[in-house]
Amino acid sequence: MLALTAGYINFWLIAILLLVGFYGIIATENLLKKLMALNVISVAIILFYLNLGQKAGGTVPILPPGVEAGVTEAYANPLPHTLMLTAIVVGVATTGVGLAMLRKIYKRYGSLEEPVVLKEMRK
Amino acid sequence: MTAHLPALIPVAPLVIALLTPILARLSVTLVRITALTALLISLASSAGALQHALVEGTWHYHFGGWAPPWGIEYVIDPLAGIIAVLVSFFCLLVLVYAAPYLAGKPAQEKGYFYTLYLLLAAGLLGMVVTGDVFNLYVFLEISSLAAYALIASGGSRATVAAYRYLLIGTAAASLYLLGIGYLYALTGSLNMADLAVLLPPLAATNAVALAVALITIGLGIKMALFPLHGWLPDAYSSAPAPVAGILAAVMAKVSAYAIYRILYFVFKTAAPVQVALDIAGWMAAAGILYGSIMAIAQRDLWRMLAYSSVAQMAYIILGLALGNIMGLYGALLQILSHAFTKGCLFLVAGSISHQTGIRDIPRLARLSRRMPWTLAAFVVAAMSMVGLPPTVGFFSKWYLMLGAVEAGAWVFVAVLVASSLLTAVYFFRVLEYAYLKEDQGQVEGQTREVKAAGGWELAPAMLVPVLILGLGILTLGIFSDQIISGYIHFALPWRMP
Repeated sequence: MLALTAGYINFWLIAILLLVGFYGIIATENLLKKLMALNVISVAIILFYLNLGQKAGGTVPILPPGVEAGVTEAYANPLPHTLMLTAIVVGVATTGVGLAMLRKIYKRYGSLEEPVVLKEMRK
Repeated sequence: MTAHLPALIPVAPLVIALLTPILARLSVTLVRITALTALLISLASSAGALQHALVEGTWHYHFGGWAPPWGIEYVIDPLAGIIAVLVSFFCLLVLVYAAPYLAGKPAQEKGYFYTLYLLLAAGLLGMVVTGDVFNLYVFLEISSLAAYALIASGGSRATVAAYRYLLIGTAAASLYLLGIGYLYALTGSLNMADLAVLLPPLAATNAVALAVALITIGLGIKMALFPLHGWLPDAYSSAPAPVAGILAAVMAKVSAYAIYRILYFVFKTAAPVQVALDIAGWMAAAGILYGSIMAIAQRDLWRMLAYSSVAQMAYIILGLALGNIMGLYGALLQILSHAFTKGCLFLVAGSISHQTGIRDIPRLARLSRRMPWTLAAFVVAAMSMVGLPPTVGFFSKWYLMLGAVEAGAWVFVAVLVASSLLTAVYFFRVLEYAYLKEDQGQVEGQTREVKAAGGWELAPAMLVPVLILGLGILTLGIFSDQIISGYIHFALPWRMP
């Protein structure tokens, strides 16, 4: 158990964060909090990718002028970061669309609590 | 120009989508013409690329000139070509259909509709042509976000349905993203063809098993595979008519295509894939029965069609789970068949509700007299749903049946037969009301008068797409042999070079 946790403590923390997000989506009845839980999931996945590109003592993969390429071990992999830039943009867009819908729902039903909204809808 | 055909498929609607909000301030007619042109370009490019793929083999297009695995490549093999033609054809047809629906709305709202619609088309087409798993995620989110907003444009109830779909859909996309994260950690590559080479030595690891599970569940939610279908009935039945049509016809199909593409072309025959397909197959069998039974219980025509979609989408997964040639023929033909059939049914349901305001099945009484052609298309589509020859629905179910017999999966055979009978029950109920039941005075009193449509039973822009789909169901059925041997055969994972 110790061997499983010791080297991978960051991944365990990310896994916990991910589960907190899923728990939030399922357990809370407030529609806005569900959206926040969705953001927690998205943050957990972004951290997961960033950890893949992480390296102790790693540096940016840019060659200063006059330096020979070759010591690739010194560089951190930049690809996960660029991928996650895209994922962050997607997350922002999703949150934006979600918030716009919540505004509409709140205006019409006067509440963001799911049971109240569903009760209003049945009327 | 022809060298860039694969790129044009998603880029044409994407660029026009960004222009439409500006164009809408000038003239809505201009927006409509440019939108139709963009989708026509997509359809022509898809057809050209499919032809190229069939004649000269798979077309690898390196986006921006960057070679894979570093750059993003678009891959048009016969499979992607067929689905791209299907998707762009439907996007074009439903856009024609949308005109009478939009009539009378403010110009700004029309402009936004066209923008979102083109974004949806671009996202779906991008998912089909891309050869990169992360790029697929981005296009998945583009199409999903456009779909959420389009559904929400149907009013307050639709907004609640769309919001719940947004929560479930985004969670699903996150699962998919996490799944490809594992693949990236294992192999350092995101290119599908590259992954297919790098993965086999790692096939036995837990990480691959987890990736298969996450990706299958993520895309399974998107295609509404039972028991992950919870969002579908509300979303389909509250969306505006053209949106429900396009969602039911192609959106779920594209996710089914992505499952097929990733399980059969990327993971290939890794052991976890077999387990995932077995489980998915049983879920599909349960979903076929569940969807059919729930459809019988519905009073609202749209909800009935939505539940029927849950059942019919499961046929595709059933075919994939069988995994033999006949099963895959059946699954791929079912993608075409269900797109035409359910597309036609939703467009008919949308036309009825647009023209008369009727959504409840019992109030359809004697509608056949007022809208004979529209209901004739409905009858053809219903026959295809049940699986009567010579409609295409018969052939897709026939191949699935052959596949199930060949695999010795007798439970699946029984499920397929039972489902056809259940489908007959709920469609003949609709037809009974529409053709045989007499009007009751009280019901008649509640019915709105049929809107004038220039002497037509329905505005021509709505009627023509409905009739094209009705004829398409028959044509695909009659030429199903040629379609199988000329196109679908080349879309199998172990196809001949």
